[in-house]
Amino acid sequence: MAINKLTVSMSPHDYGKYSVKKIMSGVVLAMIPALLVSVYYFGFDAIRVNLIAIASCVFFEWLFQKIFIKGKLTINDGSAVVTGMLLAFNVPSNLPWWIIVIGALVAIGIAKMTFGGLGNNPFNPALVGRVFLLISFPVQMTSWPKVSVLNFAMTDAQTGATPLAIVKEGLKNGESYSSIMNSMPHEYVDMLMGNIGGSLGEISAVALILGGLFMLFRKIITWHIPVSIIGTVAIFTAILYGINPETYASPVFHLLTGGLMLGAIFMATDMVTSPMTGKGMLVYGVGIGVITVLIRVWGAYPEGVSFAILIMNAVVPLINNWLKPKRFGETIKK
Amino acid sequence: MLNQMKEETIMNNLKNFTKGFFRENPVFILLLGLCPTLGVTTSAINGLAMGLATTFVLIGSNVVIALIKGLIPDKVRIPSFIVVIASFVTIIDLVMSAYVPALYESLGLFIPLIVVNCIVLGRAEAFASKNTVFSSLIDGLGMGLGFAFALTLLGGLREILGSIAIFNWKIFEGIARLINPATDYTQPDGILVFVLAPGAFFGLAYLIVLMKKISK
Repeated sequence: MAINKLTVSMSPHDYGKYSVKKIMSGVVLAMIPALLVSVYYFGFDAIRVNLIAIASCVFFEWLFQKIFIKGKLTINDGSAVVTGMLLAFNVPSNLPWWIIVIGALVAIGIAKMTFGGLGNNPFNPALVGRVFLLISFPVQMTSWPKVSVLNFAMTDAQTGATPLAIVKEGLKNGESYSSIMNSMPHEYVDMLMGNIGGSLGEISAVALILGGLFMLFRKIITWHIPVSIIGTVAIFTAILYGINPETYASPVFHLLTGGLMLGAIFMATDMVTSPMTGKGMLVYGVGIGVITVLIRVWGAYPEGVSFAILIMNAVVPLINNWLKPKRFGETIKK
Repeated sequence: MLNQMKEETIMNNLKNFTKGFFRENPVFILLLGLCPTLGVTTSAINGLAMGLATTFVLIGSNVVIALIKGLIPDKVRIPSFIVVIASFVTIIDLVMSAYVPALYESLGLFIPLIVVNCIVLGRAEAFASKNTVFSSLIDGLGMGLGFAFALTLLGGLREILGSIAIFNWKIFEGIARLINPATDYTQPDGILVFVLAPGAFFGLAYLIVLMKKISK
């Protein structure tokens, strides 16, 4: 009978073409430029770290789902691959394999599966893994290998400090910012292209921005979070630089060094752990920017992006509650 | 008739004793006394010492409060309990500083802070002020040992993960010594975060999960 073929259901009646798998593969594609840059500068080690991180993340996701959560396996949706790549992007390329595996266990086991898997985690899994490793293995996590173009020989590379650490150390010893920058081996062009010490994926601002534009174009992210984070950091450090250019680093330096671009474009924009509304995203981004600068300028660590994002992740439910959009038809009480 | 009553009291006392370990474990089930639990359990020996010190105070205060429960006016019972508890804490504080100064140093402020431990005051208010001396003694012993058990477990977990040792015995180095006594092998550092405060929260959370699974 014809009447039975007429299905009356609740909206939505039409579905977009986005699925978790599509979004995750888009993120992976967006990370390819940064990955290529890291291979160019760190050689075979970059591939090694990435492969170990991705393999162990997927393995732990499978293991925890098999043992504890049960139900449908979700390792095929690619979220574990993204977590693994982001974790690899956040560590130095000379990290021993067992530390990477511990990081993957913490990222997937503690930060993601304990809360019930993808969609339920309050904190960005890759960042929890990174911060756990940074606190647990401070020596291994802060010995950055010096970059050497296309070095595929498996020799132990020299290690050196990141530009942020050099500036922090210099300022602590009472040197002026301009004299530190004069003796700094890196130019701004190096920072833009990635020819500086640092974690695997954070070194090249250009490659990260390229990936960000791709995700923006594919509508995986919106402009709110990256723009508000980068803008806040730029304005805040510009004010400090304006007050005293000898004791505070310039805004251009702050924008191009450390994990700011990686954090603003790939980590903070994680759909699960960021606010839902545009206004909320702006508040979240400003918070991350302010905390980042506070830690970088006055904190004990030279870099604060990962801590800032985790702190603001914790505030996201409050932001969502505060900036709830008005329901259609709801009258505003005067 | 008399025999049956005797049997019942024995059963009751046994129940009072064992409930501190699993069914009403102060740390894992009641979530009382979390401040020393999170603060001192950087190693198994610290946890055990803290647990035993608290056990002593619990037994002492439970017995004395059960003895004088008829004399305490209801309106000033909390200050009276605190005075009794504080006397026992002073005793254990002085005894520990005299006989185990190293342990006393590492536990630091947490020994005097037993005075305000919720378990001690909680058992005084909820149990000792309503029950007989003997069952209060059993209750204090059971609760105290349950607390010591929980702290030792958490301390052991944090010590194994954080510094790869148990009761100050370095595991890798110890095994290397057993195989070759002349070795000069030094073991690597552990996962440092477990010695710090966040590790206490991680460890406690997963131990509570484990306890829930076991007691089901």
